[in-house]
Amino acid sequence: MKTEALHAAHQTEEQPLHHQFEEVSQQNESYVVGMWVFLVTEIMFFGGMFLAYVLYRWRYPEAWYEAHTRLDVAMGTTNTVVLLTSSLTMALAVHFAQLRNKRMHMAMLGTTIALACVFLVIKAFEWSAKFHHGLVPGPGFLWDGTVPMPQAQLFYSLYFGMTGLHALHVIIGILVIGTLALLTFLDHPLVKNDFIPTELVGLYWHFVDIVWIFLFPLFYLIPK
Amino acid sequence: MKIDHSHAHPIGMYLKTFAALLVLMVLTVVMAFVHVGPPESSVINNLIAMAIAATKAVLVVLFFMHVKFSTQLTKFWAVLGFLWFLLMFIMFADYTTRPREYIRGWEPAAEDPNAPAAMPQPPAR
Repeated sequence: MKTEALHAAHQTEEQPLHHQFEEVSQQNESYVVGMWVFLVTEIMFFGGMFLAYVLYRWRYPEAWYEAHTRLDVAMGTTNTVVLLTSSLTMALAVHFAQLRNKRMHMAMLGTTIALACVFLVIKAFEWSAKFHHGLVPGPGFLWDGTVPMPQAQLFYSLYFGMTGLHALHVIIGILVIGTLALLTFLDHPLVKNDFIPTELVGLYWHFVDIVWIFLFPLFYLIPK
Repeated sequence: MKIDHSHAHPIGMYLKTFAALLVLMVLTVVMAFVHVGPPESSVINNLIAMAIAATKAVLVVLFFMHVKFSTQLTKFWAVLGFLWFLLMFIMFADYTTRPREYIRGWEPAAEDPNAPAAMPQPPAR
């Protein structure tokens, strides 16, 4: 009974308001807008690589088609499902953070981390197959296709560059979500009774998902 | 009893968004192998693939990232990044209006105007 009373008291506690803000809604908006400004810089960061991709695909369409047939569509599709599911669990983590259901909040953060790890493991299998077949750009690049080797090498440079930068974001995501889960577990004042940290980490994670939503058709599903 | 502090959205909304994302993903995989439009041209297929990806991105932004329920200032910043991304492609006005410059060794030999005809081997660099 006593724990229930404590729980009820915890449920009714106000979201903490930091001294520089007038009210909680203003504070929340400031945090969310700040995160979106960061995401705009991330769009610009990835944007240059997307532009390079489109320019060279427009220039060498045959090479793009032929080189992409060496990628594994089944693995790419599996990874898309894994990442979309992790986005759902991240959204649910925010939902349970709003409801202040610590157990489910932690469980959803943990599931998101697990799915992110599955994504990286599948990616590692794909990459090691490319290393095995000599499809890594550089002096060891082996190409036996019909299109000229430099064009195919350019495709794989962009493939490793863009999926690599994306994978780096997944790794950073795992570290950030892990830190958030630890702070939540410890009832740290930074996250106690405040869902906004989870919301901001969620925004980052959904952005990583959106990048993959575009990378998947651009690399694995090039039409003839 | 659960007290809602922050207008949490129903779980159904997230599940419906997720289901729509999966359906669109299956659609994009299928459409990669079904040729649409004039033969010898993949333009329609590319447009379909990008339209599906953009729809998926909009669903994620609106529902998973809560932009549909956010303030005007948040919406402004959310749109700004993607708008900048699209404007960047104005660069194609430059690339598509210049003659194509061939790079030695980068084109199939038959199409390469820079390919040395008499020399069996290009000079070592």
